[in-house]
Amino acid sequence: MDKFSGKIWVLGDDIDTDIIIPTEYLALKTVDDMKPYAFSPLRPELAGQISEGDIIVAGKNFGCGSSREQAPEIIKALGIKCVIAKSFARIFFRNSFNNGLLLIENEDLHDVVKEGDNITVCVNNFIEHENKKYPIAELPQNLVDIVNAGGLVKAMRKLNGLD
Amino acid sequence: MGMTIAEKIIAAAAGVESVKPGDIHTVELDRLMSNDGTTHLTIDMYNKLKNPHIADVNKLVWIVDHNVPCDSVKTAASHKKMRDFAKEHGIKFYEGEGVCHQVMMEKHVTSGELIFGADSHTCAYGAVGAFGTGVGCTDYLYAMVTGHSWLLVPETLRFNLTGKLPEGVYARDLILTIIGKIGANGANYMAMEFGGEGLKTLNMSDRISICNLCVEAGAKTALMEVDEITLDYLKEHGREPKHVFKSDEDANFAKVYDIDLSTIKPIVAKPHFVDSVVDAKECVGTHIDEAFLGSCNNGRIEDLRAGADIIKGKKVHPMVRFLVVPASADVYKQALYEGIIDTFMEAGAIVMNPNCSVCWGSCQGVIGENEVLISTGTRNFKGRAGHKDSFVYLASAATVTASAIKGEIATADMV
Amino acid sequence: MGKTIIEKIIKNNTGIDAKPGDIVTVNVDRVMIHDIFIPFVASKFEEMGFKKLWDPDKVVLIYDHLVPASQVDDTRHFKVGNEFVQKYGMKNVHRSDGICHQLMTEALYVKPGNIVFGTDSHTTTYGCVGAFSSGIGYTEMASILGTGTMWVKVPETIKVNITGKLPDNVMAKDIILKLIGDLGADGATYKALEFTGDTVENMTVASRMSMSNMAIEAGAKCALFTPDEKTAEYCEIELDDKQKDLVGDEDAVYCREICYKAEDFVPVMACPSNVDHVEPVKDLVGKEIDQVFIGSCTNGRLEDLMAAASVLKGKHVAPFVKLIITPASRKIYRQADENGTLKILADAGAMITHPSCGLCCGRTGGILTDGEVVVATNNRNFLGRMGTSKVEIYLASPRTAAACAVAGKIVEPV
Repeated sequence: MDKFSGKIWVLGDDIDTDIIIPTEYLALKTVDDMKPYAFSPLRPELAGQISEGDIIVAGKNFGCGSSREQAPEIIKALGIKCVIAKSFARIFFRNSFNNGLLLIENEDLHDVVKEGDNITVCVNNFIEHENKKYPIAELPQNLVDIVNAGGLVKAMRKLNGLD
Repeated sequence: MGMTIAEKIIAAAAGVESVKPGDIHTVELDRLMSNDGTTHLTIDMYNKLKNPHIADVNKLVWIVDHNVPCDSVKTAASHKKMRDFAKEHGIKFYEGEGVCHQVMMEKHVTSGELIFGADSHTCAYGAVGAFGTGVGCTDYLYAMVTGHSWLLVPETLRFNLTGKLPEGVYARDLILTIIGKIGANGANYMAMEFGGEGLKTLNMSDRISICNLCVEAGAKTALMEVDEITLDYLKEHGREPKHVFKSDEDANFAKVYDIDLSTIKPIVAKPHFVDSVVDAKECVGTHIDEAFLGSCNNGRIEDLRAGADIIKGKKVHPMVRFLVVPASADVYKQALYEGIIDTFMEAGAIVMNPNCSVCWGSCQGVIGENEVLISTGTRNFKGRAGHKDSFVYLASAATVTASAIKGEIATADMV
Repeated sequence: MGKTIIEKIIKNNTGIDAKPGDIVTVNVDRVMIHDIFIPFVASKFEEMGFKKLWDPDKVVLIYDHLVPASQVDDTRHFKVGNEFVQKYGMKNVHRSDGICHQLMTEALYVKPGNIVFGTDSHTTTYGCVGAFSSGIGYTEMASILGTGTMWVKVPETIKVNITGKLPDNVMAKDIILKLIGDLGADGATYKALEFTGDTVENMTVASRMSMSNMAIEAGAKCALFTPDEKTAEYCEIELDDKQKDLVGDEDAVYCREICYKAEDFVPVMACPSNVDHVEPVKDLVGKEIDQVFIGSCTNGRLEDLMAAASVLKGKHVAPFVKLIITPASRKIYRQADENGTLKILADAGAMITHPSCGLCCGRTGGILTDGEVVVATNNRNFLGRMGTSKVEIYLASPRTAAACAVAGKIVEPV
């Protein structure tokens, strides 16, 4: 997880949870059932184009809107390695880490990249794009703990003496 | 040779002296009703015609009632298509005003008319002595474009009613008994005609309920003799009869049934056929997940009153979803006025805006896998109310309400 | 040094003098789970290995998004919910009584100073009675159900001061929309909002609820009002000293202060497809509409229905326009029935549905299609929220919405 590269998909500002997964599909039984409808109001074809290991680069306020945890779960299930945005909405931020989806805040990258570019991410350190490095902040310790445990479910299982 | 009511209406609509069963006649139609179940298909076909036009726009009544309020982008598109077409052509259009047949009874239908409806329960209009029959959208389109259609004159089954329904027994129990007796195809292609002294004990709501369900015995139409009750109803709604027909003494009936209303008991139709009827007592104790009081069959003020009388001061069983759906906006307003809406709300029912609801089974209260519904709706076919593996029992408003309170099938005397 | 309201609530709860940016573990007073997420909460809870709820009486389960069921699998959520309730000995369940956020305060589950989490972003609503409440995901909810605790980062506070008397055609909804427009959809992300000034002091709890409800649309973690006599009456309590003290100190540190004069507000709308895309109604006049929706946890309360009725009385909805009214709770529906409001609305041609989330959550209740325009009183107008992505959603106050329904186009209310 420390260092990886991937192809990027570029999205704009205020990508809300209804775009990530519309309410209409929320009562489907599994995240896999919902997956094809990811981003459908905005880009219906996108879910089918994303490959394992791809990265999303977005503008500000990514994940704003509802508390639906399917939003980060679906992004993870699509194979997205991490989401890099100018900023994230807070519920989405918590939900992502609880599900082991890595989020990285960066102000500048979104303005220079184009869809299809390749970038390299070095967690807690920098992002590299076309030989230019963009520094990124270190994650707070409590989030590192959750990520290290493998998500909140695993952390709780440990607490309950199960794993 | 004498004629039955059905024969007289067809003769009048065909402009001939007399008709007999088996004849095919071209008839002039008085009214054409269509709802959001199929109108979008009719419009699609209309738009493909070489020279599309509407014979007489004043005969058309379009009603959005099945998926109201709209539940999906698919139905939203078909509603919009219907709304835009109605607006463009000046078609009488209702949306959210109630179930089509109830709206038609309240606003349009009169005695002696011949009406096509793109819905099988159009036979309900026989309650005021109108020949209503359900057609598919191709037949509907032809009638819409030409103003007429062809009709095979049906044989008539005559039901002579005597006596009076006992306390706690309803028109719904009567018609389920009849369907059980003659079977789901017992009146195929035929008209079911009701008359006799016993008819006078049945109010207009009862009559609509009876005629409405006749299609479940396969009937082409249902007709009741016009009497004071009919004429009062029409007058109240600001309408005059077109014709008042009675069957001639020497009319030829395929079969005559004599039914003593006083012998009727509370009935339940079991899954998955309307003619699978048993004494309600035989189903007592059957677990239910949902109860539905509403539909063109039993969503009128009289039905709501019957339910409210039973549930007043009691509570809906906590594990049961009790849907109460007035059949029209007028029924809803009357129920508000009488305090009936509050009685149901206080008891914990889910009171909805007028619409077809779970009777149509595509939204607004559908049931899930292995769930059981007791309903005043029209049909209990497999999958009718939602999941393909679910179960629907049909019964009167009273039995449905009593069951909602008990959490299992129960009759009104048990709560 | 002085404290903001959120800092006081956290201090009272944890005993820690925490400052913004600190991470603290709080003891949760109440949680709310709704029907959409109960199956996920239940499975995560069991996957985590918990055997019992930390306190069954502190857990509230509410069915509202799926009432009545519009898809055949919807009732599975009720089944799972009912099994969970039975297995873990819960008492607080509402199966058809209205929208979760309305019921949490109306049914007295939330008190001033409480810390409450819910599996819904609009959980910020309970700030209307001075509670710190916020939305979380189902995994986190499952962990609270087992532990009764949650970590939070103490937020900075933005103070919003409003003074003066509002024009007659302006409602609390117009204020919060204007604020969101000014802050931007992420203007309060990770932060608390704190409302002060005589305008909000003079507001009903219901109006405050509309504002705290929508704070999330500016990204806020919570939105707080100082509890007062009206709060006490609404919550059916007497305020204790700690609750009375839930007011921002003079020397508290705010990251930003915003002041408004009530007289300057005008009716506004959030235009497609962002809640912060706010324009005065007068600049939008004449736009033809297809549907109006009055309801939701933002604006489905008695005063909202009465505001709509005052506009609709003796009038009728424009031809070919639908007016859908969805009261926020069973209690509100009954009150509106009793005081004649429903009669006025029904006479005007409104469809009055059972209390539920209805159209706001976009699963049923009036879905629209390409090219259609809806004026709605709820909290979100995101792309595709109420049908296809070519539906235009304008958010407005109930008064504005009702006026538009009569006109069949966007008009300014009087």
